[in-house]
Amino acid sequence: MDAQPTKLRIEPLLWILFSAGGVVAAFLIPIHLFVLGIATPLGWTKTTEYASATAFLAFPIVRLYLLVLCSLPLFHAAHRIRYTLYDGLQIKHLNEVIAVACYGGAVVGTVIAGYLLWNFV
Amino acid sequence: MKSAAATPPYTLNHPRWYRKRVSTYWWLQRWEYLRFVLREISSVFIAIFVVETLFQIYALSRGPESYSVFLSVLKNPFVFALNIISFLFVVFHSITWFNLSARAMSIRVGGKKVPGFLISGPNFVAWFVISAVIAWLLLRA
Amino acid sequence: MANTIKLEVSRYSPETDAAPHFQTFEVPFRRDWVVLDALNYIKDKQDGSLTYRWSCRMGICGSCGMLVNGEPKLTCATFLADYAPEPVRVEPLRNFPVVRDLVIAMNDFMRKLQKMKPWLIRKEEKPVSEGEYLQTPEELEAFKQYSMCINCMLCYAACPVYGLDPLFSGPAAIALAQRYNLDSRDQGSKDRFPVLSQHDAIWGCTFVGECTRVCPKHVDPAGAIQQYKLTAALDWVKSVVMPWGGK
Repeated sequence: MDAQPTKLRIEPLLWILFSAGGVVAAFLIPIHLFVLGIATPLGWTKTTEYASATAFLAFPIVRLYLLVLCSLPLFHAAHRIRYTLYDGLQIKHLNEVIAVACYGGAVVGTVIAGYLLWNFV
Repeated sequence: MKSAAATPPYTLNHPRWYRKRVSTYWWLQRWEYLRFVLREISSVFIAIFVVETLFQIYALSRGPESYSVFLSVLKNPFVFALNIISFLFVVFHSITWFNLSARAMSIRVGGKKVPGFLISGPNFVAWFVISAVIAWLLLRA
Repeated sequence: MANTIKLEVSRYSPETDAAPHFQTFEVPFRRDWVVLDALNYIKDKQDGSLTYRWSCRMGICGSCGMLVNGEPKLTCATFLADYAPEPVRVEPLRNFPVVRDLVIAMNDFMRKLQKMKPWLIRKEEKPVSEGEYLQTPEELEAFKQYSMCINCMLCYAACPVYGLDPLFSGPAAIALAQRYNLDSRDQGSKDRFPVLSQHDAIWGCTFVGECTRVCPKHVDPAGAIQQYKLTAALDWVKSVVMPWGGK
């Protein structure tokens, strides 16, 4: 494989997204998952009831926060899953397909999040 | 473009050298490799959280009946068990992430390298503080 | 403690074998013996055909790397007493072609190391008459850890990515590139960048961290690679935001 010094490589961007997503996920996801997946079904909180949750989402800053919370960790997961499939299952011949599926999934998730949060009433 | 004498980027197959094929289950053969794969798999549970959050926002946008369906799905035993497991994995992600990022940074103060725990320590503290703030905001009975 | 210990040694003769097999030897057990001493005893007194590499027997030449109970180790620094009374399994380093018995072919590593240009690159060599390059202790500290590499290749035996991807440059080669990148006398970072910022160089590394764990000289190649990823990423940002300048 030849070195291509003048070509703009995409790996640095993917790694930056992976790192940013990892930071967001590390700091924020545990508590949010606890609230959503454990505290809410056990009735430990009222903030995730319909009225309260809708009230939270009225604030643009909350929507922006949720966009970041959903988008960057998806890119983090996409990057890691892609490499795990590549290394773990040794399916290198599907390399392009896996990369497109993983990062494409993250892009799709980001678009969905953006659309839902932009149009929320 | 390649010359006839171009060297390949990896060692050619030599008929008398023995090359062991790497097993598909290489990650089960050593405890360290399994721990690594589990660490990577934690990203799947991160993705699961994002998907759940997107469903939550979608359900909210469709109205109270739709949202109460979402809430009752959260109470489903299988979903609840999945979320418990996901919670453990995302915590595992956070712990390993702060330890890894400390090792990935080389910070020198006064010419000496700052030891890893002085970098990961503040990260853990910040993690607890941020989580406490969010918990205070969102955990109200 | 018994006064003998068993060694299960991997044997492979390319002329006669299709694959390696184990042969068990019983050697005297001495508290101060290392695995290398046991191998030398076997070759001396029991089976002269046993083939393996060694040289300094004190952990600086990097020749005697092998798998001891599946773990990459320098056999001159691995004491039998830590394994006794259980038998000790000795195999050639993982992820390399086996030439004979415990000897592996290191051509791949040597080629990848050379690609990294592991020497001081200067735009212009300073003539001898101008004196030496001066370096402060802090400048030395910046790269000294990475200069400790003895090319023993234990990190390659530990790295699962190297085992799975034959094109991967590997921990030691990248750490040695960093050794020169961070050397204040070196001006060749831009020359090494195209080789390093590739999918089969730094971007192939998934920070398993096994290389750092097994390194006998505490080089921390995993740390070197991640730090270079950050450098390369920042360089990339600069080249996108300011495509005209910088270089």
